[in-house]
Amino acid sequence: MAIDQLSVFVENKQGKLVEVLEALGQAGIDLRALSIADTADYGVLRVIVDRPVDALKVLTDLGFAVRINQVLPVSVDDAPGALGNTLRVLSDAGIFVEYLYAFVAHGEDRAFVILRVADNEGAEKVLRGRGIAIASKEEIYK
Amino acid sequence: MASYYEQKWETMSRDEMRAHQDKLLAEQVRHVYANVAYYRDLMDGKGVKPGDIHGVDDLKLLPFISKDDLREAYPYGMLAVPLSDTVRVQSTSGTTGKRVVAFYTQEDIDLWDRCCARAIVAAGGSNKDVVHVSYGYGLFTGGPGLNGGSHLVGSLTLPMSSGNTERQIQFMTDLQSTILCCTPSYAAFLAETIHEMGLRGKIKLKAGIFGAEAWSEEMRRHIEQRLGIRAYDIYGLTEISGPGVSFECEEQTGMHVNEDHFIPEIINPITGEVLPDGEKGELVFTSISKKAFPLLRYRTRDICVLSRKACSCGRTLVKMAKPMGRSDDMLIIRGVNVFPSQIETVLINCGFEANYQLVVDRVNYSDTLEVRVELTPEMFSDEVRKLEMREREVVDKLKSMLGIAAKVTLVQPKSITRSEGKAVRVIDNRGGKL
Repeated sequence: MAIDQLSVFVENKQGKLVEVLEALGQAGIDLRALSIADTADYGVLRVIVDRPVDALKVLTDLGFAVRINQVLPVSVDDAPGALGNTLRVLSDAGIFVEYLYAFVAHGEDRAFVILRVADNEGAEKVLRGRGIAIASKEEIYK
Repeated sequence: MASYYEQKWETMSRDEMRAHQDKLLAEQVRHVYANVAYYRDLMDGKGVKPGDIHGVDDLKLLPFISKDDLREAYPYGMLAVPLSDTVRVQSTSGTTGKRVVAFYTQEDIDLWDRCCARAIVAAGGSNKDVVHVSYGYGLFTGGPGLNGGSHLVGSLTLPMSSGNTERQIQFMTDLQSTILCCTPSYAAFLAETIHEMGLRGKIKLKAGIFGAEAWSEEMRRHIEQRLGIRAYDIYGLTEISGPGVSFECEEQTGMHVNEDHFIPEIINPITGEVLPDGEKGELVFTSISKKAFPLLRYRTRDICVLSRKACSCGRTLVKMAKPMGRSDDMLIIRGVNVFPSQIETVLINCGFEANYQLVVDRVNYSDTLEVRVELTPEMFSDEVRKLEMREREVVDKLKSMLGIAAKVTLVQPKSITRSEGKAVRVIDNRGGKL
């Protein structure tokens, strides 16, 4: 099942990223994973948080451009070759990955890979068909 | 059916208007020559005597007055009546240099008020309206001009002046303002705030009279749609009187010049040659009825076009197109003339709002233009590729429209300072750089 990801437009200015993170911290929002795509002038911060709707409101009220969209959390073995194998499956099925980032699960030999694809359902079906697990929301926030 | 404040003057036949102008112009030249030493010297320098000016056809013989002349003659050098006859001073904002002060007799104020009353009636105003004046009051002509016009129309006038946006909106909702008068950038800001406060359903505005700034047709549509009103342009300058030198009617295709008081000409800004109607050039005004500060052939530095095509509103007054921008606003970037309003048009066509700033600099002996524009929350995407496509679209359109390469920088929503008066659109850092 796809899960919510929050993305935030962050200008490349001193203190901007801190402002976002502190606001989330003050609202008691837990960051589970994070990645930043940066350009010369701005970055796009993407986070997986425990309360995405609350986080959206906190940041919108501060004037940030924020958006929630669906990403696919894939569960892979924390072992050499596992991520490559996953991407090969998608590539062979003609599924284009816009971006991805990964984080390791708490106390387990598993990693979660957050995938941004155009068609979450299609990608999920292809992966499951090849025995690759999709993480549940509960697993992610465990 | 159009209504008029002064039907006689607004719908007069061209022949009658011309006869009126001929008579007043000849009188005005005699008045100025007799009372303004500064202009008398200019005329003598050109070998022109008041007796040479019989009417509008002879206007071209007269010397021009520029803003520099007004600075030179500051403060009293252009005053044409004894101080005892004057009752008011107004002043320019001084944003482009030293202030200019203009003087008024009571009759000068009265005719200025009547010009503004024409604008309010043309925008659908009557004594049943509540006119909300958010132009600054004081030395700036915006507030006093529309205030005076609104009194003459008999509308309930709210002399709000500029600033304190929450109070503005509270009065607007409590007193049910129907006509808003302010700068277009402040109108856009008010519209944004009204939406944010969720008060769109509580305002009863039907029209807006917006001026004192260059604004684009796209910005007009945006404000009209956000506030559910018709937005009318109004033009004026302190040197000539203030707002109401020209005003828009329901056709919204240019502003009718109050020609019974102000004669417009379009000239080639380089040679000074008078251009025929329909050609683009610098707008020049001659004040034929004002007495205290009657400028002859004053160069406005506004670039625009005149049209005498019949107007569906029935007014016979010549129309001037929305100025492309003051030549004071005009930027010369790598030799290309660029008006902020052109850039605004491109941004709005690409889905942005008119919240932008232009930063001009010089790097390695060459001019650079950066367009900083606020990302709208709707436009934001988690995919950098899509944001870059947005930027590239603006870059490409600017390139095809202006012929120069600009850097486009997306900035956070609401990060560009909102103005409550004239917007600061341009930051020019080139001063002194090679």
